[in-house]
Amino acid sequence: MILDPLQLLGRKGLGFFGRLGRGHLFLMQTLAGVPALVLRPGLVIKQLYSVGVLTLLIILVSGLFVGMVLGLQGYNTLVDFGAEESLGVVVALSLVRELGPVVSALLFAGRAGSALTAEIGLMKATEQLSGMEMMAVDPMRRIVAPRFVAGFISMPLLAAIFSIVGVYGGYFVGVGLLGIDDGAFWSQMQAKVDLSDDVYNGVIKSFVFGFVAVWIAVFEGYDAVPTSEGVSRATTRTVVHTALAVLGLDFVLTALMFGD
Amino acid sequence: MGHSRLIELSVGLFVAAGMAALFMLAMQVSNLSNNISGDTYAITAAFENIGGLKVRSPVTVSGVRVGRVDAIDYDSRAFEAVVTLSIDSRYNSFPEDTSASIFTSGLLGEQYIALEPGGSETNLTEGDRVQLTQSALVIEQLVGQFLYNQAGKQQ
Repeated sequence: MILDPLQLLGRKGLGFFGRLGRGHLFLMQTLAGVPALVLRPGLVIKQLYSVGVLTLLIILVSGLFVGMVLGLQGYNTLVDFGAEESLGVVVALSLVRELGPVVSALLFAGRAGSALTAEIGLMKATEQLSGMEMMAVDPMRRIVAPRFVAGFISMPLLAAIFSIVGVYGGYFVGVGLLGIDDGAFWSQMQAKVDLSDDVYNGVIKSFVFGFVAVWIAVFEGYDAVPTSEGVSRATTRTVVHTALAVLGLDFVLTALMFGD
Repeated sequence: MGHSRLIELSVGLFVAAGMAALFMLAMQVSNLSNNISGDTYAITAAFENIGGLKVRSPVTVSGVRVGRVDAIDYDSRAFEAVVTLSIDSRYNSFPEDTSASIFTSGLLGEQYIALEPGGSETNLTEGDRVQLTQSALVIEQLVGQFLYNQAGKQQ
């Protein structure tokens, strides 16, 4: 079948806006299913395990290495200006404001988001979701809502763990290996990092990224074409779209928070 | 049953670790722990030029941090900047003729207010005004003066 380019463009456009609309309607349905979870906390806890606890290892290791690299690179730059005592500020601010929320959201999409998409997509492909509907069990409440809540709760916690591990990674390199003064490292950091401007804004960022990442993940799974190829495409789309959305949103949020 | 206990336990540990990380970010990394909180008293000082001084900038005596800048206003009748300093009430014996200067820490660092105690018998209390002040040094003015002097010498 040969479509003329204009027709193809129209079909792509309709497909895009159709998905965008479905995604938002899906979000409304998911949020409507959230309050019922108060009666079934076990469902959320199970998902917190697979979404949060199992992501912890990659977050810890990456956070440590990102902090160590920041320490090393920051030292090499700052030592030229005789300002290597400010290494603590550099490491803490870059982690708390940017790298903590952003990198942990990207890792979250790779580790937990793709798993959520594949799981829900396969449930759809093997008709488990329609089977639930036959038994008058609402899959939005039973399957989607607990995963959504678990992702939303886990992301800020993972981002905070990432940041604090990174700060200690930077501390290890700066103070342990390169010989910066221990007291200067912490005191400069504490003098320059503001609780509400830096730490709270970082936490708000990680909530937003968690919301977007888990929304994309469960929607792609639920909306997947129910074949093995469809599920694999949906999984890829989850990672790509989450990365794009997180990086784009990060710019907007940074401009709003720190752009004055 | 044992399996689900394990899951609950690890989720509990995960949430606790996340909360602990948030708490440490607040206490260890940010400025919460060295905020001057509790009892303070306010004194004011008027400067011709405050340079880059900001709210929350430190106030020091002999290099020791004793308070912070609470507010910066402009007095449009005296054409001066009025800075309100809140000083920790542990340090309540500054003589009346204490002077306040705006210095820069390092060559390019942030600006802060340094107090220098005088010799008077009576102390500054809540609401008093520091009489002797020295404005911030503005690099552009210094360079301008220097060039002006150089030009004068050559003639």
